[in-house]
Amino acid sequence: MKKSMRKILAAVLALTLIVGLFAACGSKEDSGTQTGAETIKIGAIGPLTGGAAVYGNAVKNGAQLAVDEINKAGGINGMKIEFRMEDDEHDAEKSVNAYNTLKDWGMQMLMGTVTTQPCLAVINNTKADNMYQLTPSASGADVIVNDNTFQVCFTDPNQGIASADYIADNGIARKVAVIYNSSDAYSSGIYNTFKSEAAAKGLEIVATEAFTEDSKTDFSAQLTKVKSSGAELLFLPIYADAASSLLSQASKLGLNVKYFGCDGLDGILDIEGFDGKLAENVMLLTPFAANATDETTQKFVSAFKAAGYEESTLNQFAADAYDAIYIMKAAAEKSGVKAGMSVSEIGDAMKGVMPQITVDGVTGSGMKWLSTGEVSKTPKAVKIVNGEYQAME
Amino acid sequence: MSSKPKSKLLKKDTRSDLITYAMVLVAFAVVEIIQATGSMTSLMRGLLVPLCMYSILAVSLNLVVGILGDLSLGHAGFMCVGAYASSIFSVCTRETIENPWIRFPIALLIGGICAAIFGILIGIPVLRLKGDYLAIVTLAFGEIIKNILCSIYVGYDSKGIHMSFESESSLGMEMDGKLIINGPLGINGTPTDSNFIVGIVLLLITLFVVLNFIHSRAGRAVMSLRDNRIAAESVGINVTKYKLIAFSLSAFFAGIAGVLYSHNLNVLAATSKNFGYNMSIMILVFVVLGGIGNIRGSIIAACVLTALPEVLRDLKDYRMLMYAIVLIVMMIITSSPKLVSFREKYGLRQFIKTKMANRWTKEVQ
Repeated sequence: MKKSMRKILAAVLALTLIVGLFAACGSKEDSGTQTGAETIKIGAIGPLTGGAAVYGNAVKNGAQLAVDEINKAGGINGMKIEFRMEDDEHDAEKSVNAYNTLKDWGMQMLMGTVTTQPCLAVINNTKADNMYQLTPSASGADVIVNDNTFQVCFTDPNQGIASADYIADNGIARKVAVIYNSSDAYSSGIYNTFKSEAAAKGLEIVATEAFTEDSKTDFSAQLTKVKSSGAELLFLPIYADAASSLLSQASKLGLNVKYFGCDGLDGILDIEGFDGKLAENVMLLTPFAANATDETTQKFVSAFKAAGYEESTLNQFAADAYDAIYIMKAAAEKSGVKAGMSVSEIGDAMKGVMPQITVDGVTGSGMKWLSTGEVSKTPKAVKIVNGEYQAME
Repeated sequence: MSSKPKSKLLKKDTRSDLITYAMVLVAFAVVEIIQATGSMTSLMRGLLVPLCMYSILAVSLNLVVGILGDLSLGHAGFMCVGAYASSIFSVCTRETIENPWIRFPIALLIGGICAAIFGILIGIPVLRLKGDYLAIVTLAFGEIIKNILCSIYVGYDSKGIHMSFESESSLGMEMDGKLIINGPLGINGTPTDSNFIVGIVLLLITLFVVLNFIHSRAGRAVMSLRDNRIAAESVGINVTKYKLIAFSLSAFFAGIAGVLYSHNLNVLAATSKNFGYNMSIMILVFVVLGGIGNIRGSIIAACVLTALPEVLRDLKDYRMLMYAIVLIVMMIITSSPKLVSFREKYGLRQFIKTKMANRWTKEVQ
């Protein structure tokens, strides 16, 4: 009997521990709303682990830099920013979990998510909460279907159009081959509009080759076809990791064409084990080049380096995130957001002023927004010369 | 269940089943109470449907791995079929059937039946194989499904359904055309019909069907195939038939879980994260950790392993490391012979058993 008593005691103890755990979870939420008195909480979501981690970490560093600068200068309307970023592993389901975690923390505005597919899942939640959402780099066209969501980057279709225009208008090439990732929303999104715009601009697409996420290491078949097609330029609307192996194989094959990519190619020089010489003369359409000579970029780059962040994350994603925080600041100041306001009140105020503000940022000067959430800024192209990104005219 | 009074103890199997149902119901009650008191965090609320979904997946895979004794690594493929089939239905009928209580059950049936049909189609050639061979073929099947759905474009207009593997523009639809599956972007705008109550009801239904199947004549036949195929054949058990029944039943519930998944998020795309072999192996981990053939264990393992990485978010980058360590420790605890004997001696089950036995002897006296 005594033994069983002890067991019951143990069971009761275990139960209290579990209940305590739940209670602890609950109390966290309360403390979140209380400290909202003199700070404003900005949450961010992106892949900090897994295959797309390079983008999430860049966003994290860029945003943190902006937050630190703003806090040092007195904050937004006198409120200090509290910033927290949660990992979504580039997965829709995990992204919603990350969003809920941030909500428990007391997030009032969301900067995110970094990648498109998770963003499409999260917009449903921010819509329900009427939370103001600004994504630095989720470039899918459907990301901004709701009125509370805004983009810092171009949408994929716009990148495709801009690329075709750039190639045609600057007379870079007439015969174009394309290799794209058919299992990736970003890549096929750009390809689709590139194809129609290229036709309109008189570019001839002589070869179109696709690969998938599972076969992104061997490109010999595609490259051989490109070689025999007689293309002058190979358009690569793909991410840097796949492009790095593609370029090494192309050089082994002796493929002699010009390369043109979009912002996904950004960061290719920092890929481990990749010979930077292979990327020589690759052109890419990106809103940010670290060695551009304008004052804003210079200031951002030196601050980024001074703060001690890994230089491999100094890319377009970091710049987008840096701008995103300043855009939030501009909108919050214009609409007079106060710390005591609820998430929905902030959402209403912010989306009301978004079409009215103009922000000069690292990724473009005179950025304006349509009420649909789309950004309007001039696209920039860079070329890799001597292992560095050089802004093109 | 026997209708005799308490004096007769329930059959061991029945008692175990009842504990499983009770466990789910108690979990449901606890969650409802926490929700009613308003202290439920958003994270927990968001996890409720995934927890039900992963539990259903683990239970259904346990039917193949634990009861049928075959290693299947294509479970995420069936889930994918169910998710896509039901999402297509829901997106198309979103305007015509506005009541989710009518639309969602139909979606569930469609998702489940489509997955079951695939289960049969795959099962006929594949179930001739055994062990590693079966595992590899099912793995390949899952990947094929994922890759096809990832590159297909489907739309409909006044002329009918259009399909293409090229691009959206090559569908050649009329102006009024509506895109259903947009290649790698998948299906957007599935109504979010899943909720916790539906999830729990589906989990209970899954448990009811699976547990009763195990104790049925067919279930015993399936288990005899697992234990000794030659002996089972020699007493006239139809190997193909019973294997197919178990396999398609498992696929059916994987499809149901897929429906829950696709109607929980409003975006559905076949990526290697959600329907790839990683997911299949994840489900297998639930089953192995919970105990092969142990239905209740599968549910517990699925819940713990799904919630763990989310609860550990405070550990930042170390959480995946922690997750792996917890996995290893749990595996050792559940299988180390010393700990097993310790559990058998002092465990809760033993405690209840002695309690019951005491009462039983008292009543007899």
